[in-house]
Amino acid sequence: MSAGRDGSSAVPSGGDANDLPEALTPEQLAAQWEAEKPPAAGALANAGSSLVVLAVGIGALVLSVSMGLGTPAAPQSGLWPFMISCVMVGLGLFQLILGRRNRDAEKFTRMSLAPVTGLVTLAAMVALMPLIGFEIPALILCVIWMRILGGETWRSTALVSVLVVAAFYGIFVLALGTSIPHLF
Amino acid sequence: MDFLNPVINGFSVVLEPTNLLYCLVGVVIGMLIGVLPGLGPAATIAILLPLTYGVEPVTAIIMLAGIFYGAQYGGTITSVLLRLPGEASSVVTVFDGYQMARQGRAGTALGLAAIGSFVGGTAAIIGLTFLAPIVAGFALDFGPPEYSALALLGILLVATISSGARAKALVAAAIGLLLATVGRDMFTGESRFTFGSMQLADGIDFVPIAMGIFGLGEILYNLEERHRAAKAPSKVSNVWPSRGDLKQASGAVGRGSVLGFFLGILPGGGATIASMASYAMEKKRARQPERFGKGAPEGVAGPETANNAAATSSFIPLLTLGIPANATMALMFGALLIQGVQPGPQLVEQNPDLFWGVVNSMYIGNILLLIMSLPLVGIFVRILRVRAAILAPITALITLLGAYTINNSMFDVTLVVVFGIVGYLMKKFGFEPGPLVLAFVLGELLENSLRRSLLMFGGDATGFLTRPISATLLVVFVLVAFLPAIRTFIAKRKGGAGAVTTTNNIEEKV
Repeated sequence: MSAGRDGSSAVPSGGDANDLPEALTPEQLAAQWEAEKPPAAGALANAGSSLVVLAVGIGALVLSVSMGLGTPAAPQSGLWPFMISCVMVGLGLFQLILGRRNRDAEKFTRMSLAPVTGLVTLAAMVALMPLIGFEIPALILCVIWMRILGGETWRSTALVSVLVVAAFYGIFVLALGTSIPHLF
Repeated sequence: MDFLNPVINGFSVVLEPTNLLYCLVGVVIGMLIGVLPGLGPAATIAILLPLTYGVEPVTAIIMLAGIFYGAQYGGTITSVLLRLPGEASSVVTVFDGYQMARQGRAGTALGLAAIGSFVGGTAAIIGLTFLAPIVAGFALDFGPPEYSALALLGILLVATISSGARAKALVAAAIGLLLATVGRDMFTGESRFTFGSMQLADGIDFVPIAMGIFGLGEILYNLEERHRAAKAPSKVSNVWPSRGDLKQASGAVGRGSVLGFFLGILPGGGATIASMASYAMEKKRARQPERFGKGAPEGVAGPETANNAAATSSFIPLLTLGIPANATMALMFGALLIQGVQPGPQLVEQNPDLFWGVVNSMYIGNILLLIMSLPLVGIFVRILRVRAAILAPITALITLLGAYTINNSMFDVTLVVVFGIVGYLMKKFGFEPGPLVLAFVLGELLENSLRRSLLMFGGDATGFLTRPISATLLVVFVLVAFLPAIRTFIAKRKGGAGAVTTTNNIEEKV
């Protein structure tokens, strides 16, 4: 864990930059990784996530009280969930007050459209699979993920997509004989 | 030599063709996902959980274990050649490994790492062979209070070690514990948090949660173009290190084995911490520490040895105490439960075939990996050129179709997608998914033992402190819980926060 700390104390800064182009010391690397990280989300996102935690905690708290707590000697169903929800409410409050300036949440950027698109295709696949089998939805999913999200060429997209669906058909339907809904 | 009989019988289990095949499949998959950017071992194991339904428990765990330690070998390749750590546990290998590659010694770096990994892994298996039965014997006396304390400490340590804010990791753990309570209460038979749903009445299955949060969540998260296209060299020559290199690195390998072994046993420890600690130790010990970061062979050999030793020894708490030491082990725990095997101190006695079969399979796995990392390394270097854009839809489809095969129901597939969204959002907002999954698998054990202990003590919680082992564990729990707060307080009074920044940067990358 202390690798970085030692790194910063012993390596002379920038000494060998001329001999070895692109050579970075550990702390330069760490700085580079830091710079390449997606932008951190602001206080609003942190507050939002803390509020969600609080809401879940309070919800669970109310539900567990209604299940009955009992006594420590004769606990009822609600006691253990009650204890967890108390911890959760406490942590949520802690996060809300002290965690506002944390930089560990990531901002949603234009890039975040990719997972959203991915998610839509996944949801569509879940909805369509029972109706028309997995082959066509899977093919469409492959094409969207490779061509639109991944920026592959049409040629490799088409080739790989067809191969992938054929392979899955071979494995799940022909070889394993699973009951996955399929068209053909 | 009674002790050795079951150990030797374990080899006959390993040498069954099916088990050998699954061992090979496991280490090849591990090596591949180690090399390929994106999915880590935890996500891969989660996605492949449905594959384990149709096979014997020992076969399933042999394969999953192979993925785990195989990834430690594979992760080195990208660290050395591309300066992109394939796995978190190979981050520190970048420092000297990439420098060696720039000096035209990429082959040597890979060779040293492979040999170090092999030595570390093998040493750890031998250590495991002797230590695990002792720990298990010791733990046979554990009652509910000890288990409560141990599970609590395990969850806390995993939450503490994970990157990002501790409070957030603990929130994730709390959510995991809550999810574990869904369904019928074991003691009263009452339904909890089912909201009248029949499908929730028996509780939420572990597999959809793991597949969604670890697998699909990570796939979605990776869609945001986190991996820059890096140009991979087409071939690496001369992976056999010279005698001089070996001599120079041998000390690091030896120390890395021991350090990794012990750090791997600790709950919350594991491969990542072990590799970092080993790098720090090698640097501190070196006569010319300034060589580090400029291509010192010890800086590659030490951490790579340590991470593999730790990956192996982290099986000890799982197989002997039934407490997973990290998120990947939580998946193994889940996989064993699916198979109807309860990991715990009785495992060595009651299920020697499984226990020794899995342990001994690691010898074979390590030999296979050594072959793949030395003579066959060229093949894996070529795989570096497979693009993430092509892999993403394939992994997503494996996840969805695999989820269907669990119970042949679309309900599980839907659950996986829902938990995939949860996993993605958690990562976005800085909540580590690891503690959630770990807490989920330990939830039932924790609640049961807590309630049993309270019954034993007649409702008096101070009873935990009257038993030496549970008392010690709880004291450690309190120390771990409040130490960082105390340390921050002291650091603030001293006003010296600068030194910590670099460490944090590296940890965040992890």
